[in-house]
Amino acid sequence: MIMSQQTIGMLALIRKETRRVLRIWVQTIIPPGITMSLYFIIFGTLIGRRIGQMDGFQYMEYIAPGLIMMSVITNSYGNVVGSFFNAKIQRHIEEMLVSPMTETSIVIGYLTGGIIRGIFVAAVVSLITLFFTELNIQHPFMAILVIIMTAGVFSLAGLLNAIFAKKFDDIAIIPSFVLAPLTYLGGVFYTITLLPEFWQKVSYFNPILYMVNAMRFSVLGESDIDIFIGILVILSFFIILLYTAIYLLKKGVGIRE
Amino acid sequence: MNALTIQNLTKTYSNGVKALKSINFNVLEGDFFALLGPNGAGKTTAIGIVTSLVNKTSGSIEVFEHNIENDLNAAKSCIGVAPQETNLNLFDEVFNILVNQAGFYGVPRKESLKRAEHYLKQMELWDKRKEQARSLSGGMKRRLMIARALVSEPRLLLLDEPTAGVDIETRRSMWKFLREINRNGTTIILTTHYLEEAEQLCNQLAIIDNGKIVENDSMSNVLTKLKQEVFVLNLDKPLTGIPEIDNYYIEITNPKEIEVRVKQTQTLNPVFEKLASLGIGVLSMRNKTNRLEELFVELTRSENNIGVKPK
Repeated sequence: MIMSQQTIGMLALIRKETRRVLRIWVQTIIPPGITMSLYFIIFGTLIGRRIGQMDGFQYMEYIAPGLIMMSVITNSYGNVVGSFFNAKIQRHIEEMLVSPMTETSIVIGYLTGGIIRGIFVAAVVSLITLFFTELNIQHPFMAILVIIMTAGVFSLAGLLNAIFAKKFDDIAIIPSFVLAPLTYLGGVFYTITLLPEFWQKVSYFNPILYMVNAMRFSVLGESDIDIFIGILVILSFFIILLYTAIYLLKKGVGIRE
Repeated sequence: MNALTIQNLTKTYSNGVKALKSINFNVLEGDFFALLGPNGAGKTTAIGIVTSLVNKTSGSIEVFEHNIENDLNAAKSCIGVAPQETNLNLFDEVFNILVNQAGFYGVPRKESLKRAEHYLKQMELWDKRKEQARSLSGGMKRRLMIARALVSEPRLLLLDEPTAGVDIETRRSMWKFLREINRNGTTIILTTHYLEEAEQLCNQLAIIDNGKIVENDSMSNVLTKLKQEVFVLNLDKPLTGIPEIDNYYIEITNPKEIEVRVKQTQTLNPVFEKLASLGIGVLSMRNKTNRLEELFVELTRSENNIGVKPK
Protein backbone atom coordinates (compact mmCIF):
# COMPACT_ATOMS: atom_id res chain seq x y z
CA MET A 1 0.00 0.00 0.00
CA ILE A 2 1.32 3.42 -0.90
CA MET A 3 0.88 5.92 1.89
CA SER A 4 -0.04 9.48 1.07
CA GLN A 5 2.46 12.27 1.53
CA GLN A 6 0.42 13.61 4.46
CA THR A 7 0.24 10.23 6.21
CA ILE A 8 4.01 9.80 5.93
CA GLY A 9 4.56 13.29 7.33
CA MET A 10 2.16 12.67 10.19
CA LEU A 11 3.79 9.33 11.04
CA ALA A 12 7.22 10.99 11.00
CA LEU A 13 5.98 13.56 13.52
CA ILE A 14 4.31 10.90 15.70
CA ARG A 15 7.51 8.85 15.67
CA LYS A 16 9.53 11.94 16.59
CA GLU A 17 7.19 12.81 19.46
CA THR A 18 7.12 9.23 20.77
CA ARG A 19 10.90 9.03 20.63
CA ARG A 20 11.07 12.26 22.60
CA VAL A 21 8.82 10.83 25.33
CA LEU A 22 10.95 7.69 25.55
CA ARG A 23 14.28 9.52 25.29
CA ILE A 24 13.52 11.66 28.33
CA TRP A 25 11.57 8.96 30.19
CA VAL A 26 13.03 10.11 33.50
CA GLN A 27 11.14 13.37 32.99
CA THR A 28 8.06 12.03 31.22
CA ILE A 29 7.18 8.63 32.70
CA ILE A 30 8.80 8.34 36.13
CA PRO A 31 7.62 11.57 37.85
CA PRO A 32 3.87 10.83 37.55
CA GLY A 33 4.59 7.37 38.98
CA ILE A 34 6.36 8.89 41.99
CA THR A 35 3.72 11.61 42.48
CA MET A 36 0.86 9.12 42.37
CA SER A 37 2.67 6.76 44.75
CA LEU A 38 2.82 9.66 47.23
CA TYR A 39 -0.89 10.39 46.73
CA PHE A 40 -1.69 6.75 47.42
CA ILE A 41 0.54 6.67 50.52
CA ILE A 42 -0.71 9.96 51.99
CA PHE A 43 -4.34 10.19 50.89
CA GLY A 44 -5.00 6.51 50.49
CA THR A 45 -3.07 4.68 53.20
CA LEU A 46 -2.64 7.31 55.93
CA ILE A 47 -5.67 9.59 55.63
CA GLY A 48 -7.86 7.11 53.70
CA ARG A 49 -8.01 4.72 56.68
CA ARG A 50 -9.66 7.44 58.77
CA ILE A 51 -12.07 8.37 56.00
CA GLY A 52 -13.31 4.82 55.57
CA GLN A 53 -15.69 4.43 52.66
CA MET A 54 -16.76 6.85 49.94
CA ASP A 55 -19.80 6.08 47.79
CA GLY A 56 -19.64 2.50 49.03
CA PHE A 57 -15.97 1.93 48.13
CA GLN A 58 -12.76 1.91 50.16
CA TYR A 59 -11.27 5.40 49.87
CA MET A 60 -8.12 4.11 48.15
CA GLU A 61 -10.23 2.27 45.58
CA TYR A 62 -12.44 5.34 45.15
CA ILE A 63 -9.64 7.80 44.39
CA ALA A 64 -7.64 5.45 42.09
CA PRO A 65 -9.55 6.25 38.84
CA GLY A 66 -9.34 9.99 39.57
CA LEU A 67 -5.60 9.78 40.23
CA ILE A 68 -5.08 7.94 36.94
CA MET A 69 -7.04 10.68 35.15
CA MET A 70 -5.11 13.39 36.99
CA SER A 71 -1.83 11.92 35.67
CA VAL A 72 -3.22 11.59 32.17
CA ILE A 73 -4.48 15.20 32.18
CA THR A 74 -1.28 16.83 33.47
CA ASN A 75 1.06 14.71 31.36
CA SER A 76 -0.74 14.90 28.04
CA TYR A 77 -1.09 18.66 28.52
CA GLY A 78 2.54 19.02 29.59
CA ASN A 79 3.79 16.89 26.72
CA VAL A 80 2.30 18.96 23.94
CA VAL A 81 2.72 22.39 25.51
CA GLY A 82 6.38 21.61 26.23
CA SER A 83 7.20 20.01 22.92
CA PHE A 84 5.43 22.53 20.70
CA PHE A 85 6.65 25.56 22.64
CA ASN A 86 10.24 24.28 22.56
CA ALA A 87 9.90 23.74 18.81
CA LYS A 88 8.74 27.35 18.54
CA ILE A 89 11.50 28.75 20.74
CA GLN A 90 14.27 26.71 19.08
CA ARG A 91 12.53 27.42 15.76
CA HIS A 92 12.72 23.81 14.58
CA ILE A 93 8.95 24.01 14.09
CA GLU A 94 10.05 25.57 10.79
CA GLU A 95 11.10 22.07 9.68
CA MET A 96 7.38 21.28 9.47
CA LEU A 97 6.16 24.69 8.40
CA VAL A 98 8.33 24.76 5.28
CA SER A 99 7.35 21.20 4.39
CA PRO A 100 4.17 20.26 2.52
CA MET A 101 2.58 19.00 5.77
CA THR A 102 -0.84 20.53 6.31
CA GLU A 103 -1.81 22.17 9.58
CA THR A 104 -4.22 19.27 10.20
CA SER A 105 -1.34 16.78 9.92
CA ILE A 106 0.77 18.84 12.32
CA VAL A 107 -2.07 19.05 14.87
CA ILE A 108 -2.81 15.32 14.61
CA GLY A 109 0.90 14.52 14.99
CA TYR A 110 1.25 16.49 18.22
CA LEU A 111 -2.14 15.29 19.45
CA THR A 112 -1.11 11.66 18.97
CA GLY A 113 2.20 12.31 20.75
CA GLY A 114 0.26 13.66 23.75
CA ILE A 115 -2.15 10.73 23.71
CA ILE A 116 0.73 8.25 23.59
CA ARG A 117 2.32 9.84 26.65
CA GLY A 118 -1.09 9.84 28.35
CA ILE A 119 -1.42 6.10 27.69
CA PHE A 120 2.14 5.37 28.94
CA VAL A 121 1.49 7.32 32.12
CA ALA A 122 -1.94 5.76 32.64
CA ALA A 123 -0.32 2.32 32.34
CA VAL A 124 2.45 3.16 34.82
CA VAL A 125 0.04 4.72 37.35
CA SER A 126 -2.38 1.79 36.97
CA LEU A 127 0.46 -0.62 37.73
CA ILE A 128 1.42 1.42 40.80
CA THR A 129 -2.23 1.40 41.88
CA LEU A 130 -2.08 -2.40 42.04
CA PHE A 131 0.49 -2.13 44.84
CA PHE A 132 -2.04 -0.24 46.97
CA THR A 133 -5.48 -1.55 46.02
CA GLU A 134 -7.34 -3.86 43.71
CA LEU A 135 -8.33 -2.51 40.33
CA ASN A 136 -11.34 -4.48 39.13
CA ILE A 137 -12.11 -2.60 35.94
CA GLN A 138 -15.83 -2.91 35.20
CA HIS A 139 -15.75 -1.52 31.64
CA PRO A 140 -12.21 -1.91 30.24
CA PHE A 141 -12.94 -0.63 26.71
CA MET A 142 -14.73 2.37 28.13
CA ALA A 143 -11.70 3.02 30.38
CA ILE A 144 -9.35 2.96 27.39
CA LEU A 145 -11.67 5.23 25.41
CA VAL A 146 -11.94 7.72 28.27
CA ILE A 147 -8.14 7.77 28.75
CA ILE A 148 -7.54 8.35 25.03
CA MET A 149 -10.21 11.04 24.72
CA THR A 150 -9.18 12.87 27.87
CA ALA A 151 -5.51 12.73 26.85
CA GLY A 152 -6.63 14.06 23.47
CA VAL A 153 -8.58 16.97 24.96
CA PHE A 154 -5.66 18.04 27.14
CA SER A 155 -3.09 17.52 24.40
CA LEU A 156 -5.11 19.94 22.29
CA ALA A 157 -5.46 22.34 25.22
CA GLY A 158 -1.68 22.19 25.68
CA LEU A 159 -1.21 22.84 21.98
CA LEU A 160 -3.43 25.95 22.15
CA ASN A 161 -1.46 27.18 25.16
CA ALA A 162 1.81 26.67 23.25
CA ILE A 163 0.45 28.41 20.14
CA PHE A 164 -0.28 31.57 22.10
CA ALA A 165 2.73 31.37 24.46
CA LYS A 166 5.52 33.83 23.84
CA LYS A 167 7.71 33.09 26.86
CA PHE A 168 8.24 30.23 29.30
CA ASP A 169 6.03 31.92 31.92
CA ASP A 170 3.11 31.63 29.53
CA ILE A 171 3.28 27.84 29.53
CA ALA A 172 3.49 27.65 33.33
CA ILE A 173 0.53 29.91 34.12
CA ILE A 174 -2.29 27.72 32.75
CA PRO A 175 -1.16 24.47 34.44
CA SER A 176 -0.65 26.24 37.78
CA PHE A 177 -3.59 28.59 37.90
CA VAL A 178 -6.23 26.82 35.81
CA LEU A 179 -5.45 23.14 35.34
CA ALA A 180 -4.41 22.28 38.91
CA PRO A 181 -7.44 23.94 40.62
CA LEU A 182 -9.87 22.42 38.11
CA THR A 183 -8.32 18.99 38.61
CA TYR A 184 -8.40 19.12 42.41
CA LEU A 185 -11.99 20.44 42.32
CA GLY A 186 -12.98 17.89 39.66
CA GLY A 187 -14.00 15.15 42.09
CA VAL A 188 -10.71 13.24 42.17
CA PHE A 189 -10.76 12.94 45.96
CA TYR A 190 -14.47 13.23 46.76
CA THR A 191 -17.94 12.75 45.42
CA ILE A 192 -19.67 16.01 44.65
CA THR A 193 -22.71 14.83 46.56
CA LEU A 194 -20.73 15.84 49.68
CA LEU A 195 -20.78 19.47 48.50
CA PRO A 196 -23.52 21.99 49.27
CA GLU A 197 -26.06 22.21 46.45
CA PHE A 198 -24.68 25.50 45.13
CA TRP A 199 -21.15 24.10 44.77
CA GLN A 200 -22.49 20.94 43.22
CA LYS A 201 -24.03 23.09 40.48
CA VAL A 202 -20.80 25.04 40.09
CA SER A 203 -18.91 21.73 39.75
CA TYR A 204 -20.96 20.83 36.69
CA PHE A 205 -19.17 23.65 34.84
CA ASN A 206 -15.85 21.94 35.44
CA PRO A 207 -15.06 19.70 32.44
CA ILE A 208 -12.60 17.63 34.46
CA LEU A 209 -15.48 16.44 36.66
CA TYR A 210 -16.91 14.61 33.65
CA MET A 211 -13.58 13.02 32.76
CA VAL A 212 -12.85 11.84 36.31
CA ASN A 213 -16.35 10.48 36.68
CA ALA A 214 -16.32 8.80 33.27
CA MET A 215 -13.15 6.99 34.38
CA ARG A 216 -14.64 6.20 37.78
CA PHE A 217 -17.66 4.68 36.06
CA SER A 218 -15.39 2.63 33.78
CA VAL A 219 -13.42 1.26 36.75
CA LEU A 220 -15.93 1.10 39.62
CA GLY A 221 -19.24 1.16 37.74
CA GLU A 222 -20.32 4.16 39.85
CA SER A 223 -20.32 7.85 38.96
CA ASP A 224 -21.66 11.24 40.03
CA ILE A 225 -22.77 11.93 36.48
CA ASP A 226 -24.47 10.08 33.65
CA ILE A 227 -21.70 8.34 31.67
CA PHE A 228 -23.21 9.30 28.31
CA ILE A 229 -23.28 12.96 29.30
CA GLY A 230 -19.67 12.53 30.42
CA ILE A 231 -18.61 11.06 27.08
CA LEU A 232 -20.60 13.73 25.20
CA VAL A 233 -18.88 16.52 27.13
CA ILE A 234 -15.41 15.05 26.50
CA LEU A 235 -16.18 14.54 22.81
CA SER A 236 -17.55 18.09 22.45
CA PHE A 237 -14.40 19.58 24.00
CA PHE A 238 -12.26 17.37 21.78
CA ILE A 239 -13.96 18.52 18.58
CA ILE A 240 -14.02 22.20 19.55
CA LEU A 241 -10.34 22.23 20.56
CA LEU A 242 -9.29 20.23 17.49
CA TYR A 243 -10.93 22.65 15.08
CA THR A 244 -9.66 25.67 17.03
CA ALA A 245 -6.06 24.39 16.91
CA ILE A 246 -6.23 23.68 13.17
CA TYR A 247 -7.84 27.08 12.51
CA LEU A 248 -5.18 28.95 14.52
CA LEU A 249 -2.30 27.16 12.80
CA LYS A 250 -3.86 27.84 9.40
CA LYS A 251 -4.08 31.52 10.33
CA GLY A 252 -0.42 31.35 11.37
CA VAL A 253 -1.13 32.50 14.93
CA GLY A 254 2.02 32.24 17.02
CA ILE A 255 4.04 30.57 14.28
CA ARG A 256 4.20 32.93 11.31
CA GLU A 257 5.15 36.57 11.12
CA MET B 1 10.28 27.46 -17.00
CA ASN B 2 10.59 29.83 -14.09
CA ALA B 3 11.61 28.15 -10.85
CA LEU B 4 10.44 31.23 -8.97
CA THR B 5 8.30 34.14 -10.07
CA ILE B 6 7.85 37.05 -7.69
CA GLN B 7 5.48 39.82 -8.69
CA ASN B 8 4.74 43.04 -6.80
CA LEU B 9 5.67 41.43 -3.52
CA THR B 10 5.12 43.71 -0.55
CA LYS B 11 5.57 43.07 3.13
CA THR B 12 4.73 45.50 5.90
CA TYR B 13 5.32 44.15 9.41
CA SER B 14 2.85 44.84 12.22
CA ASN B 15 5.25 47.44 13.66
CA GLY B 16 4.95 49.40 10.41
CA VAL B 17 8.32 48.46 8.93
CA LYS B 18 8.07 48.11 5.16
CA ALA B 19 10.47 45.24 4.50
CA LEU B 20 9.57 44.74 0.83
CA LYS B 21 8.22 47.43 -1.48
CA SER B 22 6.63 45.78 -4.48
CA ILE B 23 9.58 43.72 -5.69
CA ASN B 24 9.64 41.71 -8.91
CA PHE B 25 12.11 39.11 -10.10
CA ASN B 26 12.20 35.73 -11.78
CA VAL B 27 14.58 32.84 -11.31
CA LEU B 28 14.88 30.44 -14.22
CA GLU B 29 15.03 26.70 -13.71
CA GLY B 30 18.68 25.68 -13.41
CA ASP B 31 19.91 29.11 -12.36
CA PHE B 32 22.37 29.70 -9.55
CA PHE B 33 20.89 32.96 -8.37
CA ALA B 34 22.39 35.39 -5.86
CA LEU B 35 20.07 37.56 -3.81
CA LEU B 36 22.29 40.22 -2.32
CA GLY B 37 21.75 43.21 -0.13
CA PRO B 38 22.89 44.90 3.06
CA ASN B 39 21.62 43.84 6.48
CA GLY B 40 17.91 44.50 6.83
CA ALA B 41 17.44 44.98 3.09
CA GLY B 42 14.64 42.41 2.89
CA LYS B 43 16.42 39.26 1.66
CA THR B 44 15.39 37.03 4.54
CA THR B 45 11.84 38.40 4.47
CA ALA B 46 11.60 37.50 0.78
CA ILE B 47 12.85 33.98 1.48
CA GLY B 48 10.51 33.74 4.48
CA ILE B 49 7.52 34.56 2.28
CA VAL B 50 8.53 32.07 -0.40
CA THR B 51 8.80 29.34 2.25
CA SER B 52 5.54 30.49 3.92
CA LEU B 53 7.20 31.32 7.23
CA VAL B 54 6.22 34.95 6.75
CA ASN B 55 2.80 36.09 5.56
CA LYS B 56 2.97 38.51 2.62
CA THR B 57 1.04 41.76 2.60
CA SER B 58 0.39 41.67 -1.15
CA GLY B 59 1.80 40.38 -4.42
CA SER B 60 2.10 36.93 -5.92
CA ILE B 61 4.65 34.12 -5.82
CA GLU B 62 4.85 31.06 -8.02
CA VAL B 63 7.23 28.17 -7.48
CA PHE B 64 7.51 26.07 -10.62
CA GLU B 65 4.14 27.54 -11.65
CA HIS B 66 2.48 26.57 -8.35
CA ASN B 67 0.98 29.69 -6.83
CA ILE B 68 1.58 29.76 -3.08
CA GLU B 69 -1.86 31.32 -2.62
CA ASN B 70 -3.88 28.38 -3.90
CA ASP B 71 -1.35 25.57 -4.42
CA LEU B 72 0.87 25.99 -1.38
CA ASN B 73 1.68 22.36 -0.64
CA ALA B 74 2.70 21.63 -4.23
CA ALA B 75 4.90 24.73 -4.13
CA LYS B 76 6.43 23.70 -0.80
CA SER B 77 7.14 20.19 -2.12
CA CYS B 78 9.56 21.80 -4.59
CA ILE B 79 11.47 23.85 -2.00
CA GLY B 80 14.31 23.04 0.38
CA VAL B 81 15.58 25.76 2.66
CA ALA B 82 18.63 26.31 4.86
CA PRO B 83 17.91 29.44 6.90
CA GLN B 84 20.30 32.06 8.14
CA GLU B 85 19.85 31.30 11.85
CA THR B 86 20.16 27.84 13.37
CA ASN B 87 16.75 26.23 13.65
CA LEU B 88 17.75 22.69 14.51
CA ASN B 89 16.21 20.54 17.19
CA LEU B 90 19.34 20.74 19.30
CA PHE B 91 18.45 17.72 21.45
CA ASP B 92 17.74 15.39 18.56
CA GLU B 93 20.34 13.17 16.94
CA VAL B 94 21.85 14.37 13.67
CA PHE B 95 20.64 11.31 11.74
CA ASN B 96 17.10 11.60 13.10
CA ILE B 97 16.89 15.26 12.11
CA LEU B 98 17.39 14.31 8.46
CA VAL B 99 15.10 11.29 8.57
CA ASN B 100 12.33 13.37 10.18
CA GLN B 101 12.69 16.12 7.61
CA ALA B 102 12.44 13.66 4.73
CA GLY B 103 9.35 12.22 6.41
CA PHE B 104 7.75 15.66 6.70
CA TYR B 105 8.14 15.94 2.93
CA GLY B 106 6.39 12.62 2.46
CA VAL B 107 9.49 10.58 1.63
CA PRO B 108 8.88 6.93 2.68
CA ARG B 109 10.91 5.84 5.70
CA LYS B 110 13.14 3.34 3.87
CA GLU B 111 14.10 5.98 1.33
CA SER B 112 14.49 8.60 4.09
CA LEU B 113 17.10 6.44 5.84
CA LYS B 114 19.06 6.06 2.59
CA ARG B 115 18.94 9.75 1.79
CA ALA B 116 19.93 10.75 5.33
CA GLU B 117 23.03 8.58 5.03
CA HIS B 118 23.85 9.93 1.56
CA TYR B 119 23.60 13.62 2.47
CA LEU B 120 25.34 13.25 5.82
CA LYS B 121 28.24 11.63 3.99
CA GLN B 122 28.17 14.39 1.36
CA MET B 123 28.37 17.01 4.10
CA GLU B 124 31.05 15.04 5.97
CA LEU B 125 28.82 14.59 9.01
CA TRP B 126 28.34 10.82 8.89
CA ASP B 127 30.67 10.33 11.87
CA LYS B 128 28.46 12.66 13.90
CA ARG B 129 25.18 10.93 13.03
CA LYS B 130 24.51 9.68 16.56
CA GLU B 131 25.39 12.93 18.28
CA GLN B 132 22.88 15.53 19.39
CA ALA B 133 22.85 18.61 17.17
CA ARG B 134 23.81 20.84 20.11
CA SER B 135 27.22 19.16 20.31
CA LEU B 136 28.14 20.21 16.76
CA SER B 137 30.34 23.20 15.97
CA GLY B 138 28.84 26.24 14.22
CA GLY B 139 30.18 25.14 10.83
CA MET B 140 28.85 21.61 11.31
CA LYS B 141 25.41 22.96 12.20
CA ARG B 142 25.41 24.93 8.95
CA ARG B 143 26.35 21.84 6.99
CA LEU B 144 23.66 19.88 8.78
CA MET B 145 21.07 22.51 7.82
CA ILE B 146 22.14 22.23 4.18
CA ALA B 147 21.93 18.43 4.35
CA ARG B 148 18.46 18.80 5.90
CA ALA B 149 17.41 21.13 3.07
CA LEU B 150 18.65 18.61 0.51
CA VAL B 151 17.15 15.47 1.99
CA SER B 152 13.80 16.11 0.29
CA GLU B 153 15.74 16.50 -3.00
CA PRO B 154 14.12 19.81 -3.82
CA ARG B 155 13.98 21.38 -7.28
CA LEU B 156 14.56 24.80 -5.73
CA LEU B 157 17.10 25.18 -2.95
CA LEU B 158 17.07 28.38 -0.87
CA LEU B 159 20.29 29.02 1.02
CA ASP B 160 20.27 32.00 3.34
CA GLU B 161 23.92 32.76 4.11
CA PRO B 162 24.92 29.09 4.13
CA THR B 163 28.63 29.63 4.64
CA ALA B 164 28.54 32.29 7.36
CA GLY B 165 30.97 31.28 10.08
CA VAL B 166 32.34 28.36 8.09
CA ASP B 167 36.11 27.99 7.70
CA ILE B 168 37.66 28.60 4.27
CA GLU B 169 38.43 24.96 3.54
CA THR B 170 34.87 23.86 4.34
CA ARG B 171 33.46 26.80 2.39
CA ARG B 172 35.40 25.79 -0.71
CA SER B 173 34.23 22.19 -0.43
CA MET B 174 30.66 23.44 0.01
CA TRP B 175 31.02 25.57 -3.13
CA LYS B 176 32.18 22.51 -5.03
CA PHE B 177 29.23 20.51 -3.76
CA LEU B 178 26.70 23.27 -4.51
CA ARG B 179 28.07 23.68 -8.05
CA GLU B 180 27.64 19.97 -8.54
CA ILE B 181 24.01 19.84 -7.40
CA ASN B 182 23.28 22.92 -9.52
CA ARG B 183 24.84 21.17 -12.52
CA ASN B 184 22.58 18.20 -11.78
CA GLY B 185 19.53 20.44 -12.22
CA THR B 186 18.74 21.94 -8.83
CA THR B 187 17.94 25.65 -9.01
CA ILE B 188 19.71 27.49 -6.20
CA ILE B 189 18.97 30.87 -4.67
CA LEU B 190 21.76 32.06 -2.46
CA THR B 191 21.94 35.02 -0.13
CA THR B 192 25.39 35.80 1.13
CA HIS B 193 27.54 38.56 2.54
CA TYR B 194 30.58 36.99 0.91
CA LEU B 195 30.40 38.66 -2.48
CA GLU B 196 33.30 36.62 -3.75
CA GLU B 197 31.08 33.59 -3.11
CA ALA B 198 28.26 35.05 -5.21
CA GLU B 199 30.68 35.97 -7.99
CA GLN B 200 32.23 32.50 -7.98
CA LEU B 201 28.99 30.53 -7.89
CA CYS B 202 26.11 32.46 -9.38
CA ASN B 203 25.16 33.20 -12.96
CA GLN B 204 22.30 35.58 -12.11
CA LEU B 205 21.81 38.09 -9.35
CA ALA B 206 19.45 40.59 -7.82
CA ILE B 207 20.53 43.26 -5.38
CA ILE B 208 17.91 44.34 -2.92
CA ASP B 209 18.27 47.51 -0.91
CA ASN B 210 15.81 49.06 1.48
CA GLY B 211 13.05 46.72 0.28
CA LYS B 212 13.54 47.44 -3.44
CA ILE B 213 15.36 45.61 -6.21
CA VAL B 214 18.14 47.94 -7.36
CA GLU B 215 19.82 45.51 -9.78
CA ASN B 216 18.66 42.34 -11.48
CA ASP B 217 20.72 40.90 -14.31
CA SER B 218 23.17 38.20 -15.23
CA MET B 219 26.42 38.21 -13.27
CA SER B 220 28.48 38.94 -16.39
CA ASN B 221 26.29 41.90 -17.39
CA VAL B 222 26.39 43.31 -13.90
CA LEU B 223 30.14 43.13 -13.67
CA THR B 224 30.59 45.02 -16.93
CA LYS B 225 28.75 47.91 -15.32
CA LEU B 226 31.71 48.53 -13.07
CA LYS B 227 33.16 51.92 -13.92
CA GLN B 228 36.68 51.24 -12.65
CA GLU B 229 38.86 48.69 -10.93
CA VAL B 230 41.97 48.95 -8.78
CA PHE B 231 44.85 46.58 -9.49
CA VAL B 232 47.76 45.94 -7.14
CA LEU B 233 51.10 45.28 -8.88
CA ASN B 234 54.08 43.72 -7.09
CA LEU B 235 57.36 44.84 -8.60
CA ASP B 236 60.79 43.22 -8.73
CA LYS B 237 62.61 46.47 -7.95
CA PRO B 238 61.69 49.45 -5.78
CA LEU B 239 60.31 52.61 -7.38
CA THR B 240 61.85 55.95 -6.52
CA GLY B 241 58.92 58.08 -7.71
CA ILE B 242 55.40 57.76 -9.09
CA PRO B 243 55.52 56.87 -12.79
CA GLU B 244 53.49 59.46 -14.65
CA ILE B 245 51.12 58.23 -17.36
CA ASP B 246 48.35 60.39 -18.77
CA ASN B 247 44.84 59.55 -17.51
CA TYR B 248 46.09 56.86 -15.09
CA TYR B 249 46.01 57.29 -11.34
CA ILE B 250 48.90 55.45 -9.70
CA GLU B 251 49.76 55.27 -6.03
CA ILE B 252 52.86 53.78 -4.38
CA THR B 253 51.76 51.76 -1.39
CA ASN B 254 55.29 50.55 -0.60
CA PRO B 255 58.51 50.81 -2.63
CA LYS B 256 57.87 47.48 -4.41
CA GLU B 257 54.06 47.75 -4.74
CA ILE B 258 51.79 50.11 -6.64
CA GLU B 259 48.02 50.50 -7.00
CA VAL B 260 46.69 51.44 -10.43
CA ARG B 261 43.12 52.73 -10.92
CA VAL B 262 41.88 51.58 -14.35
CA LYS B 263 38.70 52.83 -15.99
CA GLN B 264 36.46 50.41 -17.88
CA THR B 265 37.69 51.82 -21.21
CA GLN B 266 41.39 51.59 -20.33
CA THR B 267 43.93 48.78 -20.55
CA LEU B 268 46.92 48.10 -18.32
CA ASN B 269 49.36 48.03 -21.28
CA PRO B 270 50.63 51.62 -20.86
CA VAL B 271 51.48 50.86 -17.23
CA PHE B 272 53.45 47.73 -18.13
CA GLU B 273 55.23 49.64 -20.91
CA LYS B 274 56.13 52.50 -18.58
CA LEU B 275 57.46 50.14 -15.93
CA ALA B 276 59.45 48.22 -18.55
CA SER B 277 60.99 51.48 -19.74
CA LEU B 278 62.14 52.06 -16.17
CA GLY B 279 63.65 48.54 -16.08
CA ILE B 280 61.10 47.29 -13.61
CA GLY B 281 59.31 43.98 -14.00
CA VAL B 282 55.92 42.99 -12.62
CA LEU B 283 56.10 39.92 -10.41
CA SER B 284 52.37 39.55 -9.75
CA MET B 285 49.09 41.38 -10.10
CA ARG B 286 45.68 41.17 -8.39
CA ASN B 287 42.40 43.03 -8.00
CA LYS B 288 42.47 45.15 -4.87
CA THR B 289 38.85 44.38 -4.07
CA ASN B 290 36.32 41.92 -5.31
CA ARG B 291 34.63 43.40 -8.38
CA LEU B 292 31.14 42.52 -7.25
CA GLU B 293 31.83 44.05 -3.88
CA GLU B 294 32.67 47.37 -5.51
CA LEU B 295 29.46 47.35 -7.48
CA PHE B 296 27.48 46.30 -4.44
CA VAL B 297 28.83 49.18 -2.38
CA GLU B 298 28.13 51.57 -5.23
CA LEU B 299 24.53 50.43 -5.60
CA THR B 300 23.65 50.23 -1.94
CA ARG B 301 25.68 53.16 -0.65
CA SER B 302 23.58 55.12 1.80
CA GLU B 303 23.77 56.22 5.41
CA ASN B 304 21.40 53.45 6.37
CA ASN B 305 23.71 50.67 5.28
CA ILE B 306 26.09 50.76 8.18
CA GLY B 307 26.01 47.04 8.88
CA VAL B 308 27.40 45.69 5.57
CA LYS B 309 29.97 43.05 6.30
CA PRO B 310 33.11 43.42 4.21
CA LYS B 311 34.53 40.42 2.45
